[in-house]
Amino acid sequence: MKRIAIALAAGALFGLGLAASGMTNPDKVLNFLDVAGRWDPSLALVMAGALLVSAPGFAWTRRRGHSACGDALPAQPAARIDARLLGGSALFGIGWGIAGYCPGPALANLAHGGEAIAFVIAMLAGSRLARLLQAR
Amino acid sequence: MPTDFTPTSALLGGMLIGLAATLLYAGIGRIAGISGILNNTVEQRAERGWRIAFLLGLAVAAGAWSWFAGPPARSGFPLGWLLSAGVLVGFGTRLGNGCTSGQGICGLARLSPRSLAAVLAFMGSGIGTVYLLRHAFGMAP
Repeated sequence: MKRIAIALAAGALFGLGLAASGMTNPDKVLNFLDVAGRWDPSLALVMAGALLVSAPGFAWTRRRGHSACGDALPAQPAARIDARLLGGSALFGIGWGIAGYCPGPALANLAHGGEAIAFVIAMLAGSRLARLLQAR
Repeated sequence: MPTDFTPTSALLGGMLIGLAATLLYAGIGRIAGISGILNNTVEQRAERGWRIAFLLGLAVAAGAWSWFAGPPARSGFPLGWLLSAGVLVGFGTRLGNGCTSGQGICGLARLSPRSLAAVLAFMGSGIGTVYLLRHAFGMAP
């Protein structure tokens, strides 16, 4: 129950942060990516603000060695940088640059229906497709 | 649609997101990567509880915010573009193991070189895509 409450609180903070920072507005995201046009650098400050808190927060947690609920912490990610990582991320960036949605803001906008619902369904389909291809 | 640079709300909202990621990591030892959480919620029975709680909290809190502050702008975005973009985002984040939150906020906080490479790749291709659509071809939806 405690784990569920922590996750619920974390999700709510995440959603508030996305909405408060304006990242649920896809035009703001597209204008961040539009460095040659009407550039809006806000997204860079969202990342900076997040890292300002998460970098020391994660370092502190790693020094403790376990979570408050006693979980072992996930292993540090492998250092290997391969074509799959770069190619997948590049494809993601193309979709991001077309519609201005990455997964978080798309879910955050679900309450508004329409656009976000269609995007999330397509996103789940794309993810399923990648899973099927990987399994082959 | 042009948007204004909003440094204060961007920084404060970003700090809330960082706090959320830290809470999930320090509280239950999990990474706040949205694409991964969403995929695992759909595909795995184990640990479904906290994942659903997280996603529900995210959608409800953001929805409540815009209930008061007004919905995020934009309507009438062409469906074909929207669906193509969604498929690319879903496909790409699965292949590349994460999105803006998992690779960007959590991965960089963990000083992962893999995440830095991923962030540079999707920022680069995102910037390139917007450049091509808006400036080179003038066909931005």
